[in-house]
Amino acid sequence: MITLSISNGVLAVTAALTGAALVALALWIAGLISPRSFNAQKGEAYECGIPTRGESMAQFKVGYYLYAILFLMFDVECVFLFPWAVRMRELGAQGLLCIAVFFVILVLGLVYAWRKGALEWK
Amino acid sequence: MQDLSFITRWIDNFLSGTLHFPEWLTVTTECVLIGLVLLLLYSVLALFYILFERKVCAYFQCRLGPNRVGPWGILQSVADMFKILIKELISLNHVDKFLFGLAPFLVIIASMLSFSVLPWGNGLQVVDFNIGIFFLLAVSSIGVLGILLAGWSSNNKFTLIGALRSGAQMVSYELSIGLSVLTMVCFAGTMSVSGIVAQQEHTWFIFSGHIPAIIAFLIYIVAGTAETNRGPFDLPEAESELTAGYHTEYSGIHFGFFYLAEYLNLFIIGGVAALLFFGGWMPLHIPGWDGFNACMDYIPSVLWFLMKAIAVTFVMIWFKWTFPRLRIDQLLAFEWKYLLPINLFNLVLMVLVITFGLHF
Repeated sequence: MITLSISNGVLAVTAALTGAALVALALWIAGLISPRSFNAQKGEAYECGIPTRGESMAQFKVGYYLYAILFLMFDVECVFLFPWAVRMRELGAQGLLCIAVFFVILVLGLVYAWRKGALEWK
Repeated sequence: MQDLSFITRWIDNFLSGTLHFPEWLTVTTECVLIGLVLLLLYSVLALFYILFERKVCAYFQCRLGPNRVGPWGILQSVADMFKILIKELISLNHVDKFLFGLAPFLVIIASMLSFSVLPWGNGLQVVDFNIGIFFLLAVSSIGVLGILLAGWSSNNKFTLIGALRSGAQMVSYELSIGLSVLTMVCFAGTMSVSGIVAQQEHTWFIFSGHIPAIIAFLIYIVAGTAETNRGPFDLPEAESELTAGYHTEYSGIHFGFFYLAEYLNLFIIGGVAALLFFGGWMPLHIPGWDGFNACMDYIPSVLWFLMKAIAVTFVMIWFKWTFPRLRIDQLLAFEWKYLLPINLFNLVLMVLVITFGLHF
């Protein structure tokens, strides 16, 4: 809505650079005025006081991965619904029918995942 | 409503007309000015929200909250900001230095990009893509990457679990946010932010879309609370189990960035709710009540937007003191077994309402 001749892409890049500038600036200021002290214990992981055992960048529970996969599936399907949503009124009955078929497949995907037990936290 | 775009037009005329700047210099100066305004708004809002949350939380618990620094404690968050700046940035032994440094950048950039899409007032909006709301959904999901990177690169068991919980929670609830936004896009027939606002000139979507819009709003606000890792959904930083969650290893201003982004995301969720359901910066109009409508038009558009966004965020802070924290399995089951089917049903309902012209 800004009536300038700057394109939206440039403005979005400006916003991204502003975010980066905020972090860089604050880090720079903090680097100038924050104190420094050296102690071998400070570099240790903040866990429970005794030295850490084992590597923490290790394997983790597969349940999280399962939800990520499910999310990916549903999100991509939602992306396909957006163009239809914008033109819904113009496309009329035919568009509605086409998207209904797609929508049923999407719901079937959810039902399948549910029946398969993918939504249970084990 | 007064059109506030005269401010930007005046600056543009001043730079290119009065000062005779060449094209590239005008654009660069304007971009720098826009960046400065964004930076200022971002920091001021973050400071305001930190104080607002502390005050509201205090009153919910019959305390006074911060009241020593400045009148009613209004300078408390400024003092906190200076304090966090003078804290040491501890360099750790076992972290992945590059990813550890990159994570705050991603989190802040994601929230700054979504921040720039919000309609502040009549003629005051930075980025106005014709796919504005879609752009907002896309950039806000970059934040998850930042949180996952922060947890992974810290090389700490607490941060890893916190980041994974946060990742699972945020991607799951993003689905609900996306679907409730989709429902409203169906109703609006456009994805452009200014277009959505312009359509709500006479009645806000929550009134004109009645039942499906109200369901979409309820889902949006619940999913939004989960998206910002707050209230009953604050498992990623459940302090009794995980110390501080994914940002346990961050110190000083490094931690401050996550804190900042969290409060700004709260405002962005409130702002988008205001945009989609409460008419953005549009004043409250009741068809037929001409005198009332004329009075409402006198309240500046910026004030309308801020009031709506803050009202929504107030409700989200209220959630925090009303509901106990969920367990991770309850959290995911709530999303996948309740919110998602309700959302899909709501989409069908909205399509029926539009097809049969049952809306106002």
